[in-house]
Amino acid sequence: MKVSAFLKKYTMTIALVVVFVFFTALTGGRLLYAQNISNLLLQNAYVLVMACGMLLCILTGGNVDLSVGSILCLVGAVSAQLMSKLNLNAFLTIVLCMVFAVLIGIWQGFWVGYIHIPPFICTLAGMFLFRGLGRVVLASKTVNISNDSFLNTFTSYITVPGIDGDLHWSALITGIVVSILLVLFTVFGRIKKARKNYETGSAVVAFAQIAVIDALIIAYSWKLTNYKGIPVMLLWILLVILIYTFITSKTAFGRYFYAVGGNEKATKLSGIDTRKVYFAAYCSMSVLAGFSGLLVAARIGSVNGDTGMSYEMDAIGSCFIGGASAYGGSGTIPGVMIGAILLGVINQGMSIYGLDNNWQYVVKGTVLLIAVIFDVVSNHKTGKA
Amino acid sequence: MADNILVMKNITKLFPGVRALDNVNLEVKRGEVHAIVGENGAGKSTLMNVLSGTFPFGNYEGEILYNGEECHFKNVRDSEKVGIVIIHQELALVPELSIAENMFLGNERRGRFGLDWDETFNQAATHLREVGLKDAPTTLIKDIGTGKQQLVEIAKALSKNVKLLILDEPTSSLNEEDSKMLLDMLLQFKTQGMTSILISHKLSEVAYVADKITILRDGATIETLDNSDHHVDEDRIIRGMVGREITDRYPAREHHISDEVGLEVRDWSLCHPVYTDKCVVNHVSFHVHKGEIVGFSGLQGAGRTELAMSIFGKSYGANISGKMFVNGKEVRPKNEREAIEAGIAYVTEDRKANGLVLIDTIARNNTMARLEKVCHRGIVDVDEENRVANEYKEALQTKTPTVQQKVNNLSGGNQQKVLLSKWMFADPDILLLDEPTRGIDVGAKYEIYCIMNDLVAKGKSVVMISSELPELLGMCDRIYVMNEGAIVAEMTAAEATQEKIMAAILHSDNKGNEEDNKGA
Repeated sequence: MKVSAFLKKYTMTIALVVVFVFFTALTGGRLLYAQNISNLLLQNAYVLVMACGMLLCILTGGNVDLSVGSILCLVGAVSAQLMSKLNLNAFLTIVLCMVFAVLIGIWQGFWVGYIHIPPFICTLAGMFLFRGLGRVVLASKTVNISNDSFLNTFTSYITVPGIDGDLHWSALITGIVVSILLVLFTVFGRIKKARKNYETGSAVVAFAQIAVIDALIIAYSWKLTNYKGIPVMLLWILLVILIYTFITSKTAFGRYFYAVGGNEKATKLSGIDTRKVYFAAYCSMSVLAGFSGLLVAARIGSVNGDTGMSYEMDAIGSCFIGGASAYGGSGTIPGVMIGAILLGVINQGMSIYGLDNNWQYVVKGTVLLIAVIFDVVSNHKTGKA
Repeated sequence: MADNILVMKNITKLFPGVRALDNVNLEVKRGEVHAIVGENGAGKSTLMNVLSGTFPFGNYEGEILYNGEECHFKNVRDSEKVGIVIIHQELALVPELSIAENMFLGNERRGRFGLDWDETFNQAATHLREVGLKDAPTTLIKDIGTGKQQLVEIAKALSKNVKLLILDEPTSSLNEEDSKMLLDMLLQFKTQGMTSILISHKLSEVAYVADKITILRDGATIETLDNSDHHVDEDRIIRGMVGREITDRYPAREHHISDEVGLEVRDWSLCHPVYTDKCVVNHVSFHVHKGEIVGFSGLQGAGRTELAMSIFGKSYGANISGKMFVNGKEVRPKNEREAIEAGIAYVTEDRKANGLVLIDTIARNNTMARLEKVCHRGIVDVDEENRVANEYKEALQTKTPTVQQKVNNLSGGNQQKVLLSKWMFADPDILLLDEPTRGIDVGAKYEIYCIMNDLVAKGKSVVMISSELPELLGMCDRIYVMNEGAIVAEMTAAEATQEKIMAAILHSDNKGNEEDNKGA
């Protein structure tokens, strides 16, 4: 009973470990090279960032946002043109692009939230609309980005003079500090709970969990130490993840997304403005898509009309692989992140192994289907279908 | 033996961790109406699901003899083939399809090319006449009321050549008039030789219609009572169901109604949200004192739910006009949030669809209507939330191992308690309770009544909408009778009787007709 409960709770984590070990073996250990580990998250930055927003959309009732790939392209295109045509400086470009992304978000959120256009159709329209606009902005060309401060804002690595030489010790030090902080937070959290006579879970489980997470953080930072240090893009990703984890798990507003997905009528009758919830979900999604546009533009160094093509599917896939319910109302950011990383490992593993691009689609599709089948069947068995 | 259409012997059905049925025996004579009663979770529906093949043969222990032959139903189709048809509590009709299409769904009349529509509509019309429905077979299901939908289900059963009809809580969503009609129909079918099994919570109906009454408790048959003279004592049945004597079905209460008025509504009118020229509530005025329980009686569609919901922050209706006062001060809540802040709570009649987030925990449902009370600067204090939920769990005696339990794992009565805790946590001065005891068993009803009494003892004003007249008479201090969107009578608990209330409704109907005639 206990083993099966454990398996059920950590299915995707276990799947991630299995897939990781599998590809490590398949690639003869090449997956574990410092450069590959460092690139794993950077390559998938857009998935990690957009999956956070996509989770909010899916929570509201299994609705998805199909337009994110196009918004990513449009905002990326605008940033590239602002810098190449108007010679705007990097800071102003970023601000203007984010404002633009917010406007797109308001546009999408307004139709979905306040006019009740079905999200699928509204975002399908957005998918065509913004893709087209993006290509218009680019005038069907590939536009290069040569603004160094823009590129550095997203793609440089942190080097601390004096510590970092061939090995970037700053990465390892940061990793260790974060690990220690995590342990301290857990300890103090439990003490505080115990003092107020609240229930605390099993200490063994809590500390075992922290030990595993700490080990991973230190191992990861050791890899970063061996390859250029901490990437700035990683900080951006972590920032988004932390904000969204906080919103969904701690705040009252985050709670409303789950409530709307669980029972919209009951939520409305509880005095919660469901329109605002939908608006927020789709608005934030577009903002994150726009931000991903900047990340992708900086990483690739150029934008063309096909940038961000089918990226929406990666974000949606990560959510469902990460355990978000296809009917809404359940799913967590950590779960979704594991889903995103799982997809990333599969992607990168197959690329390193040299599997044909077409087959990569087949594998990804199969994994997504298996994940959802597993979710539906296991819920069905426990009588919650 | 020969005249038994159905014998179920030693039926045992296990669910993971629960013995849902434990050696249940049931004998049903040909041509009788056999009622099965029991508290929620006693195993009534499970037993019927075993019989109808919803739980296939092999999934349970024991044997089923139908017409003296042993049956091994693998699915519902098998049981329907021999004439056993079950009509579930939740109707299984497709709203967007017509009556006739629904009737032959999965059992289509085929012609040489595709469907034979003439045959479909003809047969449908025949069966509709048998159940006394005058609507055309082409009418869409969504355009007829729940009462008629229930009749369509029965007509559908007739089309399957039913010999043994099983009805699971057929009247739970019907008003008294429609219920009576449905029960009389069962009696009429009986004279034509059909056998029926009726599952019901409403003991008055059971006493009225059944020849035999089998009582289930905790998955076991307690006894079968003979009711051929229709004089079985309701208290006798209750005793069997709960295993203890319930001397009083309604808890005693000290009446201390304050002179102060908690809620006053003046000249309240509203229209249907879609058909805005149709008025659902017409110039209604009423008031509720602090510490008073005021009942609203009326038939289905009298406008009671609509009235309550429109008061609760205009959550129903269009063109709402009228004034309302809470504690003497005029309030104009524009939405649900403002209504809650004005001290009003509406506890829905449909807890599953409109009341609770079923996939969420008790704790999270508990705080939903006033989440800010356990928040600091927008951040939820989960520990505080759990503490609150435990407090309500103790106070209302909700039966659950922990407040982290998901609500859909609870029984109906306990879900209702969670729904009540949710609104009690919002700390309103006025509670509008819409059918607060619908679909829950006798024991849980008593507990809900006690909670209501506690609320008024604290000086709250309670409005109770109910379709069960005995409950209104047992609980309320004053009763308003509504019909067709207007209040047609007001009476104190002392002077009210079932007859008076029904008379008020019928009388107002006649008056309405007379006016119509004058108009014509």
